[in-house]
Amino acid sequence: MTTTAHTGGRRTAQTDVDPILVIDDWKTWFSTDSGAVRAVDGVSLRLQPGRTLGLVGESGSGKTVLARSILGLLPTRNRLNPGGSIFFDGVSIGNLSKRKMRDYWGKDLAMVFQNPMTSLNPVVTVGRQLTEVLKLHLGMSRSAARDRSVELLRSVGIPEPARRIHDYPHQLSGGMRQRVTIAIALAANPRLLLADEPTTALDVTVQAQILDLLDSQQEQRRMTMILVTHDLGVVAGRTDQIAVMYGGKIVESAPTRELFHNTRMPYTQALMLSVPNLTSPSHSRLFTIPGRPPVLTNPGPGCRFSPRCPYAQERCLVEEPPLVAADRPDHEYACWYPVGTPQGAEALERNFSNGVTASGTSMSSMSKLEA
Amino acid sequence: MNEGASTVTTQPDVSKVPAPRSAEPTAKGNTGSGSRRARRRGLGVLFWCSAAWLGLVVLGAIVAPLLPIADPAAQDYRSVAVAPGSPGHLLGTDGLGRDLLARAVFGARISLIITLGAVTIGLVVGGTLGMLAGYFRGTAERVIVAATDAMMAVPALVLLLALMATLGSSVQNLIVGLGLLGVPAFVRLTRANTLVYTKREFIVAARSLGASNWRILAREIVPNILPAVAAYAFLVVGILIIAEGSLSFLGVGVPPPASSWGMMIAEGRDSLRQAPWVSFIPSAFMFLTVLSFNLIGDRFREESDVRETTI
Amino acid sequence: MRSRLTKLATALITLFIVSIAVYSLQELLPGDPAVAILGEQATPETIAAVRADLALDDPFLVRYANWLGDALRFDLGRSYRTGAPVVEEIVNRLPITLELLILAQLVALALAIPLGTFAAYRARSRFDRLSTGAAFGLVSVPEFVLGVLLMYYLALGLGLFPPTGWVPFTESPVENLSHALLPALTMALPVMAVYQRLLRSDMTATLQEDFITMAQSKGLSTPYILFRHALRPSSFSLLTLAGMNTGRLIGGSVIVEVLFAAPGIGQLMVQSIVQRDFIMLQGTVIFVAAAYILINSLVDLAYGFIDPRVRYQGA
Repeated sequence: MTTTAHTGGRRTAQTDVDPILVIDDWKTWFSTDSGAVRAVDGVSLRLQPGRTLGLVGESGSGKTVLARSILGLLPTRNRLNPGGSIFFDGVSIGNLSKRKMRDYWGKDLAMVFQNPMTSLNPVVTVGRQLTEVLKLHLGMSRSAARDRSVELLRSVGIPEPARRIHDYPHQLSGGMRQRVTIAIALAANPRLLLADEPTTALDVTVQAQILDLLDSQQEQRRMTMILVTHDLGVVAGRTDQIAVMYGGKIVESAPTRELFHNTRMPYTQALMLSVPNLTSPSHSRLFTIPGRPPVLTNPGPGCRFSPRCPYAQERCLVEEPPLVAADRPDHEYACWYPVGTPQGAEALERNFSNGVTASGTSMSSMSKLEA
Repeated sequence: MNEGASTVTTQPDVSKVPAPRSAEPTAKGNTGSGSRRARRRGLGVLFWCSAAWLGLVVLGAIVAPLLPIADPAAQDYRSVAVAPGSPGHLLGTDGLGRDLLARAVFGARISLIITLGAVTIGLVVGGTLGMLAGYFRGTAERVIVAATDAMMAVPALVLLLALMATLGSSVQNLIVGLGLLGVPAFVRLTRANTLVYTKREFIVAARSLGASNWRILAREIVPNILPAVAAYAFLVVGILIIAEGSLSFLGVGVPPPASSWGMMIAEGRDSLRQAPWVSFIPSAFMFLTVLSFNLIGDRFREESDVRETTI
Repeated sequence: MRSRLTKLATALITLFIVSIAVYSLQELLPGDPAVAILGEQATPETIAAVRADLALDDPFLVRYANWLGDALRFDLGRSYRTGAPVVEEIVNRLPITLELLILAQLVALALAIPLGTFAAYRARSRFDRLSTGAAFGLVSVPEFVLGVLLMYYLALGLGLFPPTGWVPFTESPVENLSHALLPALTMALPVMAVYQRLLRSDMTATLQEDFITMAQSKGLSTPYILFRHALRPSSFSLLTLAGMNTGRLIGGSVIVEVLFAAPGIGQLMVQSIVQRDFIMLQGTVIFVAAAYILINSLVDLAYGFIDPRVRYQGA
C-alpha cells in the first residue's frame, strides 16, 4: 500500500495540483464462453480536483464499465484482472476488495445511476434512503438526519421536501426521482461524483434541468465529476475535459473547447455529426455511423474503428495507432490519418474516389463529410 | 450489476436513437446461455440413480410373491426385533418377529397400487376438467374453478381424514380419496396450460381450417400439455405417497393384515428406544422413493419448461 | 376497495360450498347415519332419539339450513360419545394447535430467512448447492418420519426435549415451550425448505436490481443491504406462500399432535375417528376449514401492508 501511494505521488509531481484521480493502463476483462471480453482495454486518465470530465462513447465502448471500475462496483464473478492501476487521492484503489472500497463509497466516491426508475428502492421511503447515508457517514442522529434530508431535497429542487420524505419512489416523477438520487449521492459530500448517463432515461424536457443541477452542485461543492454519456451535446458546455472511448480504449482526449474546435479522431467527428443541431434545417438527416461497435473478444491488429471509419487506409487495418499528443500536450488522439490534417484530407479523398474505404465500407453515406 | 456484460453486447448506433435501456439484451443473453447450459448437462447422475431406485421398487413390488423372501405376515418367535444384518433377516425383524425386508417389499406393493391408481384418477379427471374449463371457458369454467378452489380451501389431510372416516378405509376408498385430492392440482395445471395454447397460432389456424373442437382438443392441445402434466404427475405421486403414509400412520389407512410403509413406521414408534430400525427401515424406503419421484418430476418439469420457452 | 370486497365475497362463497360438502358427508355414511353415529350396539330407542335429535327424517336442505343456523351461532352440536358440546371441546384444544402452528411458522421463517438470504448472496456457491440438496431431502421426508427421527435423536438420544406429552402454558411457560418445540420443529422443517428455496430465488433476482448497486455505492454494509434493502422486496411471494402453507402446517399438526401426544384439535379429530364420534369429527373439520379460509383472506389483505405500491393503488 505505501509503495503504491508513493508511486502515485511521483507521477503527479509535475503538475501544480495533485490530480485526484489517476488511471494508468487500466484493463477490465470478463471471461466468457467465447474468450475474454476486453470491456476496458488499457485506459489512462488523470483528473484535477474540482474539474469535470466528460466520458463519451457509444453503448459498448466501455465507458460504463470504466466508471464502475473506478468505483469498484463491478461483479467479481468472471472478471479477469489483467493489470493497470487506479489511484484516488494518491491511494491505489483499483484492486481493493469491496469490503475495503466501502470506506470510499458514499463519502469519497459516489454515483448517480442511469435509470432513476430502478435505482431507488421501491419499498423504502425517500427519506430513509437519504437518512441512512447521513447516519452512516456523518454519524447524524435521527432528527438531525431528517432535517438535513429536507435541506438536501430542497437544494436539488424538490418542492415541499418535508412532505416528500414520506413518499415512496413510485409517487415521484422520473425527473424528481433523479433529483432524489442526486441528493442521495451528494449527501455525504463526496469528492468525486460519477454520473452514468444521468439523463438518458428521462424526458427531453427534464434532461437539461438535471444537467444544470449537476453542474451547479459541482460548482458549489468544488467537487470533481465524471459525466458519462453517449451524447456529445450533453458534455459540450458542461465539462472541462472530454475523453472519447471506442472499443474499450480512449481514442481522443482534450480540453472541451479544443476537442470541439480541433477534432482529430474520425470517430469523434462522427459522434459530433450525429448530434442533432438546432441550427440545421428541421428535416435534415442525421449522420449515422455505419456498422456496429466492435465485438471485444478478439481484437485484430489494426485500429478498432477502421471497419467503420471513412478515413481508413491499409495501414489502419494492420497497425494500431498509439494515443499520442501530436499538436499540443493536452490533446491526445489515436489516429494515423487525423481529421483536419493534410494526411486525413488526402485519405478521405482517396476513399471517396474509390467509393469504398480500405476495409471495404461503402462511402455512399458519407457525403456529409465532403463539405 | 449486469452493466459489465451489457456494454459488450452490440447495440444499434447511438446516433439513431438515444440509448435504449441497457438491461434488456443482457437479461435475454443470460437466460439463453443458462438454458443451453442446462440442456448440455443432460439428465444428470441423480436422475439416473432415482430412476434405478424406482425401477427396483416397482419391479420388487410386482414380483414380490415370487421373490425368495419371507412371508411378510409370518411371525418368527425365535428372532423377535433382531437388528438389520442378522442371518435370515437382512433388514432385521419387528417386535412380532416379522421380516422387515419382506414387509417393506409388500408395503411398496400396497403403497404403489394406491398412489399410482390415485394419480391416474387425478390426472384423468382433473386433466379433463381443466382442459374443458380452459378451452370452452364460460359457465363450465366458473363452476369448475369454484369447486377446485373450495376443495383447496380445506387442508388436504383433514379432507382425507374426514372422507376415510366416513367411507371407511379400504384400498378402493383410499384410491378414490387420494385421487380426489389430486384432482384440483391437475385442474389448475391443465387449465392454465390450455389457456396458453388456445391462443397460439397453430390452434387458431386449425380452427380456421374448420377442425372441430374435439379434434383440436385431442390432436393439438393434449399432446402439447402432456409433457408438463406428466412431469407434474411425478411430483404428485411423491405427495400422495406421503399422504397415504400419513393416513396409515394415523390408523385410517389400509386395513390390516395388509401393511403399508406408513403403518410400519407407526408400529415401530412404540419400540423406538429399543429397536429404532423397525421404524427406520420403512422410513428409508419411503424417503428414497418420494425423493426419487421428486427428483425425476423436477427434472422433467425443467425439461418441459425449456420446451415451452423455445417454441 | 372493490377488489377487497370481491375477495371477501369469494371467501364467503367458498366457505358456503365447503360447509355443504362437509355436512353432506353425513349422507355418505354407510347405512343408517344414526346407527353409524351410535354404533352397532345401540338400542332402537336411542337410535330413534338420535334420529329425532338430528331430524334425520327432514329433507336434506332443511336439515342443512338448521345446522348452518346453529353453526353461525357457534353451536356445532354435542358429541354422542362424551356428551360434551363440540365447540367447547374445540375451544379447549385450540390454544395448543394454535401455538404449534404459530411456533412452526416462526421457526420456519426464522431459519429460512437467513439461510435463503445467504444462499442468494452466495448464489451457486457450495453453501447454495448444499442447501438446495438439503431442501430437496427435507421436502421428501413425511412429517411422521421426520418426527420419529427427531424424537429418536433429540429427545431419546440427546435428551434435549421430552419425547411426548404436553404442559399448558399457564402451568409452566418453560415446560410448555420445551414440549412444543420438537413438534413445531417437525412441522417447520419441510416448510422451511420450501421457504428457503423461494426466498433464495426471489432474492437472487432482487440482488440484480439497480437499487442494490446503488445501495452498495452509498457505502452501506452488506448485512444492512441484504436485510434492510433486499429482504422486503424479495418477500412478497414468501408471504403468500406462508399463508398457503398454513394448510400443510395444519395437516402436519394433526400428525405431530398424534405422534407427540399433544392434545390439540388434530388429535381430537383423529380420536373422534377412532371412537367413531361423527358429530365431533364434522364439527372439527368445518372449524378447521373455516379457520383456514379466514387465514388465507387475512394474508391476502396483509399483502398490501408490506408492498407500498399495492397499498397506494388500493387507496
